[in-house]
Amino acid sequence: MTITHSSDGLGTTGARRGTSSLRRLLARFESLRGLALLAPTLVILGITVIVPFLLMSAMSLWTQIGFDYADDWSVRNYTTILSEPLYTTLLLRSLGMAMAATLLTVVLAYPMAYFLAFHVHRNKLVWLIIITLPFWTSYLLRVFAWRVILGYEGVINSGLMEIGLIAEPLNVLLYSRTAVIITLAHAWAAFALLPIYVSLEKIDKSVLEASADLGEGPVMRFFRVILPLSMPGVIAGTFLMFIPTVGDYVTPALVGGPNAQMIGNLVQLQFGTVNNWPMGAALAITMILSITLVGLLFLGLMYALRRWAR
Amino acid sequence: MIKRHEFHKPNRALQLYAAFFMGLLYIPILFIPLFSFSSGLYIRFPIEGWTFQWYAQLFERTAVLRALENSVRVAGSVAVVSTLLGIFAAKALVRYRIPGKGPILGFILLPLVVPPIIFGVALLLMVSTLGIPLSLYTIAAGHIIICLPFAIATLLPRFEGYDAAMEEAAADLGENGWYVFWRVTVPIILPGIVASLLLTFTVSFDEFVMAFFLGGNDLTLPLYVWGQLRIPRAFPVVLALGTLILLFSFALVFLGLKINKRGSIKIMDRE
Repeated sequence: MTITHSSDGLGTTGARRGTSSLRRLLARFESLRGLALLAPTLVILGITVIVPFLLMSAMSLWTQIGFDYADDWSVRNYTTILSEPLYTTLLLRSLGMAMAATLLTVVLAYPMAYFLAFHVHRNKLVWLIIITLPFWTSYLLRVFAWRVILGYEGVINSGLMEIGLIAEPLNVLLYSRTAVIITLAHAWAAFALLPIYVSLEKIDKSVLEASADLGEGPVMRFFRVILPLSMPGVIAGTFLMFIPTVGDYVTPALVGGPNAQMIGNLVQLQFGTVNNWPMGAALAITMILSITLVGLLFLGLMYALRRWAR
Repeated sequence: MIKRHEFHKPNRALQLYAAFFMGLLYIPILFIPLFSFSSGLYIRFPIEGWTFQWYAQLFERTAVLRALENSVRVAGSVAVVSTLLGIFAAKALVRYRIPGKGPILGFILLPLVVPPIIFGVALLLMVSTLGIPLSLYTIAAGHIIICLPFAIATLLPRFEGYDAAMEEAAADLGENGWYVFWRVTVPIILPGIVASLLLTFTVSFDEFVMAFFLGGNDLTLPLYVWGQLRIPRAFPVVLALGTLILLFSFALVFLGLKINKRGSIKIMDRE
């Protein structure tokens, strides 16, 4: 397929006048022009996302034999994943740890988003930029910072020993699930905060005044007006943070010990030392499917909660 | 007169919480620069003395400089390509009636949410099936997937923010398509273009997961850092390097977001 760059800005001029058939033709022409502008992006994403994803789906049904694959089209990889406790444990643990990190972040981020939406009146943009800045910059370094803090001879241990609170370094800090959850919560904070902020910001202030005029106190107003109206943001923030954190492998690799490895680490191993690519592909697809399943369950739960609240 | 309710008044508890939250966000990161100036080989309190030696060592290492060069090359090309694609795509999505506009945008923005390991692994499978050797080019291909959503998210509000009539007027005055694009469209969306270049450059410059799966023998800076993390003795130099990377990235992103005003925040509305 050849890509034509018809990037002139005339798309909408002609379509206004003329007979209906001409207009229809021009409309089709117009969407063709739009598609031509989109084509480079779609072609590139087709080659780098869709084709690889189809290939990965296919390969997940193959079997690794020595250094080669057999394209024998069996679901053996998937039955192994579902029957071997190692895989199911890691999968469930990843979902659980991502959930814990998401919950922690949403709870911590909500008051901050509330503060930004209702109590910051000047320099709001600068506040938002400062909150989102770390999120844009090196993920690896932000995770490494936690290793510096939680390490055996790290900031916390050596700091506590220095002021005489502990005599021996605490072993529990680094290489634990808690370490991974804290690090994930810190690394993805902006992702959960922004949608909550946006939904709070959108609330019409006159609605709040109306509720106050009708005699509701601040607490009732929060639970009956603000919280329900900001739920779409909370749900969006939950998804935006939960989905990517399930698949993370950098954080468990750097601050999690053997008991805090996640499904991403297992996927990485299949493409590294274990060298079983079909199994890695099957694990990656299982990861996506389980994220989707949990996401749907969560949405169902929210829907049920909303009906119950009415 | 407008009645003032208590929710307009400053809330001491919330202000304290905001300070606490900002502390939580920034203090962990600040330990990297703090210890990069510590003369001790181990990262621990008490800090024995202050030194610049780790920074000096950094510039003696050719591997660091080579990784820096690789990173700049990858990030530079990725920024230009994804911003160019972003301009065309954003224009198409705002200006033209396109069937399936919503799903198309959703698909383009997908990499914002889907764990990068999925894209990395899938791309690795395809590249190796085709027998393409892993190199800086494969890393760049992976980075384009990740950077496109940011470019489009930055540029979409720019196109939404101005009146198409300006382009039409120029066209009606007899200017040809390219002229309209360069003399009318580009100047209006220029802040978006600059912001997109800065943001996508930083995202690519700092990206690790894609580079990890798709990199060959040529290392980017994050890959170099990753390799050093296995050697505790190398930590002080990593801290010095990390400080410079963070400083550089923070400056670029701050500039990008500032230029872009609210564009990248507005996109959250859409999801």
